This record gives sequence, structure tokens and C-alpha cells, in this order.
Amino acid sequence: MMPLLTTKGLSRHFGGLRAVDGVDFALMPGEIRAIIGPNGAGKTTFVSLLSGRIRPSSGMIVFDGADITGMPAYQRVRLGVAYTFQITSVFANLTAFDNVALPVQRTLTDGRSKGAVRTGVMEALARTGLADRAGTPAGQLSYGHQRLLEVAMGLALKPRLLILDEPTQGLADSEIDNFIELVHEIAKRATVLLIEHNMPVVMQLADRITVFNSGRILAEGTPEQIRANTDVQDAYLGATHG
Amino acid sequence: MHFGPHLLLAALEGLVTSAVLALTALGLSLVFGVMRVVNVAHGEFFMLGAVLAWAISTAIAGHPAIGFAAALVIAPLLVGLVALVAERLVLRRLNYNPEGTIVATIGMLYIIQQLALTFYGPEARPVEPPFSYRILLPWFGYSGYKLSVVAASAILLVITWLVLTRTKIGLIMRATQYDRETAQAFGIPVDRVYAGVFAVGTMLAAIAAVLIVPISQAHYLMGQDPLLLSFIVVIIGGLGSLRGTVVAAILIGLSDGIISMFFSPTLAKIVATLVVAMVLVFRPQGLFGTTPR
Amino acid sequence: MRDASPAKTYALHVGVIALLFVLNFVLPDYHQGLFARIMALAVFAMGYNLLFGYVGLLSLGHAMFFSAGLYGAGLTVYHLGWGVPEAFVAGVACGALLALAIGLLALRTSGVAFMIVTMMFAQVFYLLILYFAAWTGGDQGLVIQQASRVISIGGASLDLTNSTVRYMNALALFSVVLLITLAIVRSRFGRVLVAIRENEERTKMLGYDTVANKLAAVVASGAICAASGAAYALLFGYVGSSFASVQYSILPLLWVLLGGAATTLGPLVGTLFMYYVTDIASGFTSAYLLIVGVALILLVLFFPKGILGTIRERWLGWLP
Repeated sequence: MMPLLTTKGLSRHFGGLRAVDGVDFALMPGEIRAIIGPNGAGKTTFVSLLSGRIRPSSGMIVFDGADITGMPAYQRVRLGVAYTFQITSVFANLTAFDNVALPVQRTLTDGRSKGAVRTGVMEALARTGLADRAGTPAGQLSYGHQRLLEVAMGLALKPRLLILDEPTQGLADSEIDNFIELVHEIAKRATVLLIEHNMPVVMQLADRITVFNSGRILAEGTPEQIRANTDVQDAYLGATHG
Repeated sequence: MHFGPHLLLAALEGLVTSAVLALTALGLSLVFGVMRVVNVAHGEFFMLGAVLAWAISTAIAGHPAIGFAAALVIAPLLVGLVALVAERLVLRRLNYNPEGTIVATIGMLYIIQQLALTFYGPEARPVEPPFSYRILLPWFGYSGYKLSVVAASAILLVITWLVLTRTKIGLIMRATQYDRETAQAFGIPVDRVYAGVFAVGTMLAAIAAVLIVPISQAHYLMGQDPLLLSFIVVIIGGLGSLRGTVVAAILIGLSDGIISMFFSPTLAKIVATLVVAMVLVFRPQGLFGTTPR
Repeated sequence: MRDASPAKTYALHVGVIALLFVLNFVLPDYHQGLFARIMALAVFAMGYNLLFGYVGLLSLGHAMFFSAGLYGAGLTVYHLGWGVPEAFVAGVACGALLALAIGLLALRTSGVAFMIVTMMFAQVFYLLILYFAAWTGGDQGLVIQQASRVISIGGASLDLTNSTVRYMNALALFSVVLLITLAIVRSRFGRVLVAIRENEERTKMLGYDTVANKLAAVVASGAICAASGAAYALLFGYVGSSFASVQYSILPLLWVLLGGAATTLGPLVGTLFMYYVTDIASGFTSAYLLIVGVALILLVLFFPKGILGTIRERWLGWLP
């Protein structure tokens, strides 16, 4: 099977700092991949390169057989690479409805049809359990709901690859269970790449795990393989989650 | 007169413009650099300096030099005071929001202009130069006062440079410019630094204005050209760069002097404004500035 | 967008238009003339509001779009002897084209740089009018003769110097632009514009080409402002460089701030209010600029949301 996304020698330097340093990476269609690693390992920079928010210093990104290295971010979104932000960045002054309407109206292909936006929005809100909050300004939602809204917006883009940057940060335990269910649901239709610090979530969700350290890939494998990997234990698991 | 001496005269005139412009633009640049406030009323503080200089020098009898000296000290202080009040009453309350302060300083521009028109009137009035020595060149005589303006401006620029680079005040200002929150955390009274910078910025403009009134008269609309030219200088020179500001002021002043002697001043302004707009569009860090952090 | 009550919204806008229609027959002559002027200039404010209120782009150069319309219409009538409708179209086209060119350049910048760049382009435009005084009349301006300001359709002819005809034409333009603005604001395009104002980076990550959307907004805004300028030239028969000066870039900002940025009716309210304040104040002071200055500072300090913005916040959440 052909990978959905590959990178070759992908690098990004900030001044002297090699935030991402020659990463070769491949993602198969339909999998749930988790990226873990200590703070400053280059995870967020790496997914920012994938989504096009920042430009690589060198290297190449291929999505579905096409070179997208130089493509602007908004065009990548149109190809099906969706990104949800690490720090919640919903449109605080717009209603939950309008927040989701933005991605919905753009992916609609049937043009002018009346009510299509409304149907699509309510569907996405319902999937994330926010249907009754449609009219609330997003800034007035609880933090957990804002994170869910962020996911709803990502879903509404109908992505083929959904990149989630620390989606469970700040969620309560009960919300996390719902969230895990939601990601499983999403993964039936899309490939999921998530950065996550919460190890139980990673272990439950991920088909495969990629471990970053100092801008490079330290290890990659199934959750069991990663758990057993001594390098990883030294660099990361042992230190913070002993 | 032949072309050569004509050009020399134009260059000398341009140098005087440069000297005044460098001081005015430095004030604008300081305020923007440290506070991130675009002071649209900067030209009006310049005008206020000139108008006050007229008022002070006419109020004091005796040798013109006495009146002028008094104006050179008192007018900038008064302007600084007005600026302090404006900073406290308006800019601080806006929390120095970049767009809010632009709208507010536009308001100040109108208020100061109208007050000058009401109390000073629409006439252009001269201030007598402190001395009227003429330097005789082989082709023409040239005002010694004009050359002394260039010297005075150069001295003030050097002093400002020394203060900025060699003193604790300069260090505090640079720290505040670099990062307001961190500066505050280190116990720098950011509020007072801002107030001081705003006052000093307008005082530089006022000093420039006092220096220029013996050459060009005081008028309530005289702030418009210095504002535009200062913008141009600050943009070309690169924001927050003292050296860039001075180099750009000399460049703009000289070309303004030379171009307006040989071409239509309107055309000169059109070309200059267009060039600067293009610089801002395509090279926002200025011609001499480096890329921002 | 606060979409609970489209019926109420339309009723309000149609009601305002109907009220303005009735006022033509009620107002004394002096105020009828003033209202015609206010409606024409409110269109300028609406164009400005589209960009400043909804997209969040603060331009200090909109006088150039207004005067592009003013001169585009005025000069084609004066020098080429064009008819009123053709001249109006020429004015709007000039504004739209200029906005396209300026937008392509100025949108490379943002924030403070955008303000300064637009101000400088407008200054160039202003100086060009002075420089080509032989055609434009420079700061003296040009008066367009009454004979050139007649629309003839078939046998009938409309004399724009007649006060009722003038009022009705101003009202027609105002109504059309008001309804266009309302339609834009409620459309998908309007939703994207607001999203760009709130968070451009995020909007990009939803797959929108934000630069293209902003450019479309600049052109729409420029065309509306030019329509105002063209109407002004044809209705009031005068073009002059003062309309291109920086003051005429500040005025729409003031009107919009006063009435309420990002409200459809705010521009009208702001223009109306400011015109009457200066009209009343001019009875006992000539310090017109002082009032403008004080109003700007007070607004930005205490009422950053303007009259309708504050009303919307406190009482009428559905106000578009």
C-alpha cells in the first residue's frame, strides 16, 4: 500500500536551533499515529511543517503522491490536510454555529443549495455533542467544549488527514473518554496524526507511535514495541512517567 | 549663477532640511520604537514648538539672541508637558493599542491645529535669528545661522546617541523596547518610561521647530510636511535604528533640497511618497534596517 | 449571522429606507438638502465600514477611492461631455480599478504598515490631482454646469439640481448600497471576512485564501466609496482636491466609529450624528476641527463600539 504522507529529509532551523532535523517519515492511510516526545523535541514544528504553517529549511513533503512542499497552507487544507491548534483558537466572538459553518461552507460542493450549511453544521456539532450550544459565542464555552468545537471544525473540513495537536490538554477525565471514542469514530473515514502527552490516551488510541527527540525520530513502532524500547524509556517515558 | 554654485546652494539648503528632519524623525522613531505608537500628531507638536517659540521670543525684549535662547529652552519644555498630559490622559488609557492610538493621535492633531488657529491665528510670523552673520563664499553669501542649525542638530544627535547607548536610561529604554512584559517583571517602571519617551520624542520635534523658525516662519499648518517627511525617513531608515534615521534624513533632506530646486516640488513629493510606499510594501524593514527578530 | 431573526432585520432596514423616503416630504428645504448630502456620504462610510468594520483593515487612504469616483464621474462629464449614467459607471469603475491595484500592493502589509501605506498612496493620489491642475482644476476644483446634470431617458428628463430629484437619487443609491451591504454581511463571503478579522491565521487553516478574500473586500469597498464620490459630483456639481485630502480619509473612519463599526446601519447613524453636531456647533464656534478631534479621542477612549455597537451589545443582540 502507498503511504498517504511521506517526508524526506525534512528540516527546519531557527537560527542555530535545529527544531526539526532531517526527518524521514511515512504515514499509511487509515492509521491512527501518535507523536510523542519530551518538550522541545520538535513535534509541533514538525506538524506545522506538514500543515504548511511554516516553511521547511530543506527536505520534501509528499501527500497522496503529490509534492506539497511549497504549497500554501490553505491549499493543503483543500487537499485534505486539516490541522487543529495546540492552543485553542476557535473564533471566540463568533457563535459555535458560525465557527463550524466556516469549514462546512467551504467544503460544500453543491454550491448554493439552501440550508446545506445549516445541515452540515448541525451534523458536525451533534457528532461532538455540542448541538445545543450552536448559538453560544465560542468564547463563552467551557474549555473542554472549546476543544471539542476545535475538533468539530477539523471534522467539518472532511479531511483525509486530521492533525490534532495536544487535543486532550485541559480536558477532564470524563471528557477524555468521550474524546477517545470520537477519534475512533473519525479514524473510520480519515487518517489521524496526533501529538499527545497523555500516555494512557496514546496507548489506547494509537496504531503506531513515533517518538521524537531533539528534532529527530528516536523510535517508531506499535505501542507495545515503544513501551519495551529502552532508548525511549531513557529519553522520555522513564523520565516523566516512571 | 552657474550650475555648480547653484547645486552647492541647493545642497546647503538640503543639509539644513536634513538637520531639522533628523531631529524630528528621531523623535517619531523613538516613540514608535519603544512604545509601538505611531504618533500622527508628531507634526503638530513640531508646529506647537514653533508657535511657542514665536510667542516667547516676542514676549522677551532686548537682543534677539536672548529671546531665542529662552524659546529654545522653554518651548520644548512646554511641548513636553503637553505631551505628558496627552500621554497620561489618552495613550495610557488605551493601553498603547497600536490602532487605537493612531485614531487618538489623529484626534490630537486636529485639536492642536485648531487651538493654534484660534489662539495664534492664520498668519505666518517670523522669529528673528539670534545672530545674522553671513558667510561669504566666492559665488554667494550664506547665512551663518543656517549652518549653526546643522551644527546644533549634529550635537543633539550625538548626545541622544550617547544617552541611548552609554547610560542606564538608554539601557532601560532598550529593555522596554525589546519586551515590555519582561521589563516590567524586572522592576522597570514601564509606565514612566513610556511617558518619558513620549515627552522626549515630542521635545525633539519642538527643538527642531525652534531651530527652524528663524529660517521659515511659524504657521499653524507647518506640521504637515515634517510629519510626512519624518514618516518617510523612519520607514526608509528602518524603525528603531538611530543610524538609519540619520542617514535617511540626510538622504531625504538633500534630495528634497536638490530636487525641489530643479523640478516641481509637487512632482518631487509625488515621487518621494510613491517610492517610500513601495519600500514599505516590498522591504518593510527599511533600506538600512535588518530583518526583525 | 446572529441568524435568529432575518424577518426583523429586513423589516428594520426597509423601515429605515421608508422613513428616509417620507422625510423628503416633511423636512424643511435646508434639512432636505443636508439629508441628501448625508445619504450620499453615508454610502462612503458604508464602503469604509465593509473593510474596517467587517474585515478589520484600518485604511487611512479611502479618500482616494471616494475621489476616484468623484473625478471619474466629474471629469468625464466636464471634459468629455458624457451623460450622467455613463459618468457614474465610469466613476465606480475608476474606484474599483484603483482599489484592485492598491489592494494588490497594500495587502502585502498588515496592521500599522497597512495604515501608513494606504495613507501614502492616497497622498500620492492627492498630489497627482494638484499636479494635473490643468485637467482637474487643482485645489480650486471644477463646477459642473446644471445643463450637464440632467438624466434623459426617452422623452423624460430628470434634473439633478432639483432638490427632490436629488434627494431621491441619493436615497436610491443609499438604499441599494445598504441592501448590498446587508446581503454581503449575511452571506458566506461575509462570514469569511469576519473570520479574517477575528483570526486570519486560523481562517487560513480552514482552507481559505485570505489574501484573495481581503482583496475582494478592498475592491468592493473601493467601488462603493467611488459610487459615493461619483454621486456626490453629479448631485452637487462640484469636484475639488480637498475631497482627496487626508481629512476625507479620516472622516469615514470617524463616522463609522461613531455609528458603530461592523453594524450595517452604523455608517448612516454616524454620518447623520456628526453632520448635525457640526451643524449645530457651527452656530457658536468655527472650531470644526476641534469637535472632530475631541470626538475621535472620546470615542476611542470610551465608546470603541460606537452608538449602534453599544446598543447591540446591551440590548439588541440581533442587530446586523
